[in-house]
Amino acid sequence: MTGRHMQGLRAAITGGTSGLGLALVNELLRRGARVAFVARNREAVEQASRGRPGVHGIVGDISRKEEIHPIAIQVLAALDGLDVLVNNASSLGPVPLVPLADTDCEDLDLALATNVLGPFRLTKALLGSLAAAARDGRHPLVVNVSSDAATNPYPKWGAYGASKAALHHLSRIWDAELTDEGIRVLSIDPGDMDTALHALAVPDADRSTLKRPEIAARDLADVIAASLRAGTARDGATVQEVLR
Amino acid sequence: MIPAGVPVQRTAGARLLVVDANGAVTDHARARFPDLVRMGDVVVANDAATLPASLFGCHMPTGAAVEVRLAGRESLSLESVRRFVAVVFGAGDFRTPTEHRPHPPVLQPGDALQLGPLRANIVRVLAHPRLIEVGFLGSVPEIWEGLARHGRPIQYAYLSDPLAIWNTWTRIGSQPVAFEPPSAGFLLDWTVIQSIRSRGARFATLTHAAGISSTGDPDLDRLLPFDEPYYIPSSAAKLIEAGGHRGRVIAIGTTVVRALEHAARPDGSVRAGEGTATQRLGPLTRLRVVDAIVSGMHERGTSHYELLRAFQDDEALDRMNRVADAHGYRGHEFGDSVFLARRDARARSPQYAA
Repeated sequence: MTGRHMQGLRAAITGGTSGLGLALVNELLRRGARVAFVARNREAVEQASRGRPGVHGIVGDISRKEEIHPIAIQVLAALDGLDVLVNNASSLGPVPLVPLADTDCEDLDLALATNVLGPFRLTKALLGSLAAAARDGRHPLVVNVSSDAATNPYPKWGAYGASKAALHHLSRIWDAELTDEGIRVLSIDPGDMDTALHALAVPDADRSTLKRPEIAARDLADVIAASLRAGTARDGATVQEVLR
Repeated sequence: MIPAGVPVQRTAGARLLVVDANGAVTDHARARFPDLVRMGDVVVANDAATLPASLFGCHMPTGAAVEVRLAGRESLSLESVRRFVAVVFGAGDFRTPTEHRPHPPVLQPGDALQLGPLRANIVRVLAHPRLIEVGFLGSVPEIWEGLARHGRPIQYAYLSDPLAIWNTWTRIGSQPVAFEPPSAGFLLDWTVIQSIRSRGARFATLTHAAGISSTGDPDLDRLLPFDEPYYIPSSAAKLIEAGGHRGRVIAIGTTVVRALEHAARPDGSVRAGEGTATQRLGPLTRLRVVDAIVSGMHERGTSHYELLRAFQDDEALDRMNRVADAHGYRGHEFGDSVFLARRDARARSPQYAA
């Protein structure tokens, strides 16, 4: 799928300075969307904003409750509303990965704050805007980036897997509840990608077997485009399933 | 009236006083609000989210501590964030009632203000020595970041603890353009909105930059409400036009009434798009669009109370106030609510008939 068919689309992406998030910023920009992204590190945000006209970088940490509304305000001010929210920012929990029995409570806390509470709070703060977009006939959606660790019990992926499982289930329930408002909530597993996060988790992985984030971003953008067209995408599906 | 002193938007015990089209007053649990909505009605709410519009900082020429409360802006456009109408207070915060707050130093055009990370200056002094046009320096994104991170919600002394910003956002809050919460909307949550729809009514929103409700200074308060920009989506205008023939238009809050009546055409339809509400509504106003209002409890003499007089005569409002007092209704934005139907001309007693 090519061309600038996302002209006028207002999209916000968390964790937008590296990996899948940055690739998705590029992909949505390429398709003509207006894009705001959020990340913690000011220098990285400024660097990612440079040379990408039309993109709006916001400094903020979605794992911190008191930063959610400042982030939401800046997203809405940058885009004048919102059609697509991609909750992509993720925490692995303990790095290097360790079994649950060796996982510090604080590391589980951080994984839950980043992967569950953050997306919940930010989505809730932006729900009014998404509902307003729906009343205008714009088929808004929330994409929560999931993982096969949400469904498979991989040893050492306890904090991450449990938090992604919670996010996955939250997405499915929210999607069912928001049908009447005209808002879709999708949980999508982009597959194992060659990203900084993956390198932290599996330092000795054979990178040639990993998906490039640009490819995953293109697939994800196709899912977004499909949902925007008719609200047809199913929740809880992998990219491949949605596009099949 | 006792103020509600705890920032809970939907307290389990909240009450709703209903004044019907005949002026009859009845007391209800506010949770029963959807029961008042009928098939064919259109419920219209203000979906403005609340800007943290209270900015603490320093008046640079004197070094004095000041609080600048943003209170108005020319349009809802994102660029217009450079200029605001603002009310300036001296040292202290919301814990001191506004009428007892020390005055700021004498304010002059050109004076620099440092408000946290925000650099600003006084563009003009307006119709009162504490009422200014403030201009922010820097890029538009820098100004939004400064407001978002440094601003605090405007609040008053009847609340003992600092408000968190999430206390001030209604469930439906979207564009952050209100200076104080459009608090009538606190009674809405997504479950209530679903109940409204399940009764065959429609739900619509507009966005109206609700201004400040009080300054503590009688001369300044007489200038309220300031001009307020609003935006009515064409989807809402269409629902209102269709609904006006089949049911009632129920406005959630005074700001919705102000916007809809400002955008009203003589035939009861409304113009979609942007506008700036400049009018005052009161007993002489002939309502063209809105059939009923849901609002908070307001003190006599305030501009909000004057607006209620467009819906019902003073006799009915007196009755409403007596019942509210008898039932211990709570005032202010986290308090109880009223539902006022527009007095039905046909139901009026002969001496009021046209």
